[in-house]
Amino acid sequence: MTTSPVQTASEPNPSPSGQANAPLSIETSELPLDHSHGAHLDVRMFGLATFLVADGMTFAGFFAAYLTFRAVNPLPPGSNYELELILPTINTVILIISSFTFHRAGKECRADRLGASRVWLAITGALGAAFLAGQMVEYFSLPFGLTENLFASTFYALTGFHGLHVTLGVICIAIVALQTHRGGQVTAANHFGLEAAELYWHFVDVIWVVLFGLLYLL
Amino acid sequence: MTIANPNDFNEPLQPSGWLRYFSFSLDHKVIGIQYLVCGFIFYLIGGALAGVIRVELASPISDFVSRDTYNEVLTLHGTIMIFLWIVPVVNGGFGNYLIPFYVGARDMAFPRLNAVAFWMIPPAGMLLISSYFLAGAAAQSGWTAYPPLSLTTPAAGQVVWILSVLLLGGSSIFGAINFIATVLKLRRPGLKLMQLPMYCWAMLGTSILAVLSTPVLAGTLILLSFDIIAHTGFFNPTLGGNVVVYQHLFWFYSHPAVYIMVLPAFGLVSEILPVHARKPLFGYVTMVYSIMAIVFLGLIVWAHHMFTSGTPPWMRLFFTIATSFIAVPTGIKFFNWLATLWGGRIAINSAMLFACAFILNFVFGGITGVALAQVPFDIHVHDTYFVVGHFHYIVYGGTVFVIFSSLYHWYPKFTGRLLNEDLGRLHFLLTFIGFNLCFLPQHWLGLNGMPRRVAEYDPAFTTLNQISSVGALLMAISTLPLLINVVVTAFKGEIAGDNPWNALTPEWLTSSPPPVENWPGEAPLVKEPYGYGHTEPALAQEATP
Repeated sequence: MTTSPVQTASEPNPSPSGQANAPLSIETSELPLDHSHGAHLDVRMFGLATFLVADGMTFAGFFAAYLTFRAVNPLPPGSNYELELILPTINTVILIISSFTFHRAGKECRADRLGASRVWLAITGALGAAFLAGQMVEYFSLPFGLTENLFASTFYALTGFHGLHVTLGVICIAIVALQTHRGGQVTAANHFGLEAAELYWHFVDVIWVVLFGLLYLL
Repeated sequence: MTIANPNDFNEPLQPSGWLRYFSFSLDHKVIGIQYLVCGFIFYLIGGALAGVIRVELASPISDFVSRDTYNEVLTLHGTIMIFLWIVPVVNGGFGNYLIPFYVGARDMAFPRLNAVAFWMIPPAGMLLISSYFLAGAAAQSGWTAYPPLSLTTPAAGQVVWILSVLLLGGSSIFGAINFIATVLKLRRPGLKLMQLPMYCWAMLGTSILAVLSTPVLAGTLILLSFDIIAHTGFFNPTLGGNVVVYQHLFWFYSHPAVYIMVLPAFGLVSEILPVHARKPLFGYVTMVYSIMAIVFLGLIVWAHHMFTSGTPPWMRLFFTIATSFIAVPTGIKFFNWLATLWGGRIAINSAMLFACAFILNFVFGGITGVALAQVPFDIHVHDTYFVVGHFHYIVYGGTVFVIFSSLYHWYPKFTGRLLNEDLGRLHFLLTFIGFNLCFLPQHWLGLNGMPRRVAEYDPAFTTLNQISSVGALLMAISTLPLLINVVVTAFKGEIAGDNPWNALTPEWLTSSPPPVENWPGEAPLVKEPYGYGHTEPALAQEATP
């Protein structure tokens, strides 16, 4: 089944370089193989960002489900989509402020003022905890439970899943704050942990703003 | 900069010898082999379950197993084959082994995350299989777990099934993040994106799909578990919920999942064909754009699985057109493979036989796929054996054939020994005949109206079902020459040398099996991985550093 001997040199070369008679391009270069030094800060942030895209898609799925439910599944008589707005609005403001305080903590850290950074981290963590406390108060004051109707179920699933993210964020902040303290795990030169936590915190914040708009205001 | 280094190879935690395959090894080659072997064990289990299905269907009445058991068996068969065999092997297995070589790296971007992703799989698999022995039995609602069926079948098995699939989905996401970061960020200096071997592009596309769609399935299954455990009503119509929303969210993952299973196979076959035809891969650039077009289109065609779910006409129209468009990039790839073979100095060995059979099977599965995208035809054959036949032509005739082809191609790299060709050809012959005998008659069964997922059927369908079962028997026998070959060759096979195929891709430019950090010296810079033909005789000599 062997056909004519292959001789592609006379034909246009379909390989990407486009050079029909290019010399064999296997060479070793003098450039260092930077596989274990320096560049990893970028790669790790890139990996985290990719993970946050995935995480965002989970929320996107939930939002799509919620919007479809709302469009095609009427609630039973006597139920409505009204929610008390005062506490959630305060919570939204708290969360947005916490993004700025976290940003400030990162700035102080990069300027090698670890003490100030720690204070701002503590403020951010406290704001996160205040948000969670506010969420708890709201849960206990709501007139409906998890299985009351489709909106109630979706409400608890969405805010609960977001609350889980906030809880994880507060834990991360606590860890990073401790790391500015001991052993030089977070320093002006080496602050991947802090930046990763900050990116995650901003993500959780943005998700909340979307969630607030869809669940409370729509 | 003193950054805590995730790639610290100096730490002495890696055991050597065979023990490393049972350890939390960070070596991408060890993890790749772990995926392959673990996946193959699950393939044997899933295959045994398929055997139970075909024995049951050899007669029109429910005699071999009870109807409930049949439902459990088909659910476990589908879930195991998809989530524990094809997805892990074709992504995690070959991907982890090959991608670092192809980008000129010593390891994946996140070796620890990589090991974590693998070690999520065995517990998930054991969890899934153990659910068979639960009180109230395993999940019975198929691999789709459609509510309300999944809400009315025994709850414990369904919840364990959800937990298992969540673990496997998590593993898949972690793996995908690793592949994206490795291909985009860990390339050796001097190596451009458009010089990468095609499998890198396939894995990049696959990983983008996994990152975008798998989380949606995870969220959906969490809501489904709420429905089962906490009696919420997301997908329960009696509580005001909506089953069609589940279908949309499920297929938003599970249609891309077909590409998560088949795109890596496209990549692997694009590596194998040029080597054994001694010709450059035809149309490299169009191949790259085709993969990316399939990724994009793959995300917007999910509702073609739901033409009988009360979808409105505009939705049917959109999804029919979008689905039909997928035939364009797929057709480009198909003709590129043919053009790669055309006029080549083709070596007819086991790897090539399986690769060529893949092209044949896949074009058949692709054509029935285009047929299924047309609403009138789909409504006629929806939920019949036609769909089963189509699906198996894609995932078995397509991906599994490529897995076998890749095994014959890369086994010398894994072990330093060549697989026996005679046993390989016997394996191919049995698989090819068995596969077509098993799944081709199912198209006629479906066209004549035999529904899928039932243990009993109209006696008029008996003959075709028995032919199909004979095919399944041949496929079962075909695993014997493969198993014997793989095990015996590992100890007694012909020594392969470093580069038995005179291949040009970077994994062959090192010893077989490769050393821990892949190359003794610097990683070679391969700008033309498919440069066969022009400087042929000199290649193999210069290729070995």
